[in-house]
Amino acid sequence: MDYILSLLLIAIGAALINNFVLKYFVGICPFIGVSRRVDMAFGMGCAVTFVISIAAMLSWTFTNFILQPSAPLTKWIAGFFMSPEAAANIDLSILNYIVYIFVIASSVQLVEMYVRKFSPGMYKSFGVYLPLITTNCAILFACLEIMKHVSTGGGSGDWGSAGGGQSWGLAQALTLAVFGGIGFTIAIVIMAGIREELDHCDIPAPLRGAGITLIVAGILALAFMGFTGVDTKLKRKIAPERETTITASSHGSETHATSATGGSGQ
Amino acid sequence: MTQETVNNDATETEAPVTHVAPGPHLGGGCLTARWMMLDVLIGLLPVLLVSLWVFGWYAARVLAICVGSCVVAEGIFTAMRRRQCRLGDFSAVVTGVILAFSLPGTAPWYVAVIGSFAAIGIGKLAFGGLGQNIFNPAMVGRAFVMIAFTSAMAAGGYVASEKAGVPDALTQATPMTALQQEGKVASLGDLFWGDTNGSLGETSAFACLLGGLYLLIRRTAAWQIPLGVLLAVGIIAGGQNLMDLQAKWTVGHHLMGGALLFGALFIATDPVTSPLTGRGRWIFGLGIGAIVMLLRSLSAYPEGVMFAVLLMNAVVPLINRWTVPRPVGGPVPSKA
Repeated sequence: MDYILSLLLIAIGAALINNFVLKYFVGICPFIGVSRRVDMAFGMGCAVTFVISIAAMLSWTFTNFILQPSAPLTKWIAGFFMSPEAAANIDLSILNYIVYIFVIASSVQLVEMYVRKFSPGMYKSFGVYLPLITTNCAILFACLEIMKHVSTGGGSGDWGSAGGGQSWGLAQALTLAVFGGIGFTIAIVIMAGIREELDHCDIPAPLRGAGITLIVAGILALAFMGFTGVDTKLKRKIAPERETTITASSHGSETHATSATGGSGQ
Repeated sequence: MTQETVNNDATETEAPVTHVAPGPHLGGGCLTARWMMLDVLIGLLPVLLVSLWVFGWYAARVLAICVGSCVVAEGIFTAMRRRQCRLGDFSAVVTGVILAFSLPGTAPWYVAVIGSFAAIGIGKLAFGGLGQNIFNPAMVGRAFVMIAFTSAMAAGGYVASEKAGVPDALTQATPMTALQQEGKVASLGDLFWGDTNGSLGETSAFACLLGGLYLLIRRTAAWQIPLGVLLAVGIIAGGQNLMDLQAKWTVGHHLMGGALLFGALFIATDPVTSPLTGRGRWIFGLGIGAIVMLLRSLSAYPEGVMFAVLLMNAVVPLINRWTVPRPVGGPVPSKA
């Protein structure tokens, strides 16, 4: 029950409350670049969701078994060459970024080959943005969040109330990635719908294109702020007896959020 | 936009025999932008009276600042674009009044001014002016100041610091805040007549219903939207109420408390930012109601009408795409 609850909270958090685009402002490049038409935006959302899931799965595996301090595989291999104590002290987390970029780039390559083979029209309309998924910071962001939760065993952060205290398994990592991708898709499809409408609007010349898109993104981010705190309250409602285990840091940040944002009225 | 209308006029004058023009064909009468805005202002009269009765001088002050700044902002921004100033359609006045009614009576003057400029500048004229904005301008302005001036707009901001001559309502916490923080429940009668604290326009369910009915009868507001909102809130809150029969905050409190009625009747029904088709309006209304209930029961904010309206405004283009009506006898439209 607790396990399923943590997955549920990570899922809601990644898709709505801490939407990658509208809360952390990562992945803005395709969000602005490919949101001109709804079908293209949906395609881009699906591509990003796919890449983010593959990358998250691989990076969790690498982090857990090889990269984190005293990872089992590294320890075992190093055990052939050096004393067990020295092998246990090996810390490869310095390689994190290189490995993640490598993983992301190869999964983007996979998607690119698939899209070019099976839907050439979409391949053409994506243009440079398809290989640019490699540099989509939403994906690297997901990998880094996963890294944080694998090696340091949770900590604070916005998923802290969900998975606080325990280090994430593959299921949590995959949930974060898939629902983060879904959140990205939701945001980009909404944006594409709005931008199709904006084509008929008499927007001031300096704001046309990226300008008005960023303004809309800002208003969307304001609207999504309404979801603040849904995860903590949901957790309290579903499992009230867990309240005592909420760590001091997450509790402190939550009360701060309530006092700072607890407006009345609308 | 203006280019198009000029062209249309040209074709109309050139071809007087067979009159071919794009719709709408029903011209004149009362459904011009100016008349609709005037209707909204008339509908807001009962709300105005109640807020003057409850908040007195405070309501008049915020109202005057908001309306004044909105009109000034509209004038400045249209002049910057060298467009014809369209203050005559009263849309800036309506935005100002609705923004003022969604602010606390104790709001500092700069909050009202900045909110008005954000509403008109970012919410409306950045998109090209009346009829082209995606989001409700007043709600954009309010969201802007709510995030920018959290202390003025937070729960504490609604309560006036002790001074002589402050209206009674302003010395107590708003019903939604009292519920969330202390578990206190306001009486249904207070919520109905409006003798509570809160945003200026939201306190009285009676005034909102009265004004809203006028809008519905005049067909300035689409009836599906408020009905959808109330239906969704009624069903969800009713379900909650059935599960917990001892709950003191009942369906009635949910329907009459907070900004729900004001939002459902005056804010969500803005014809520019709501869907075009009947089916779409049902979806829009039900969505707002559902999100309001979600945010009320789960989010860190005591009330969610503003966020719900903004969120549903964002998906209106998609709703319009999905609910293209089938012409009678015509083929199913394959693409929107």
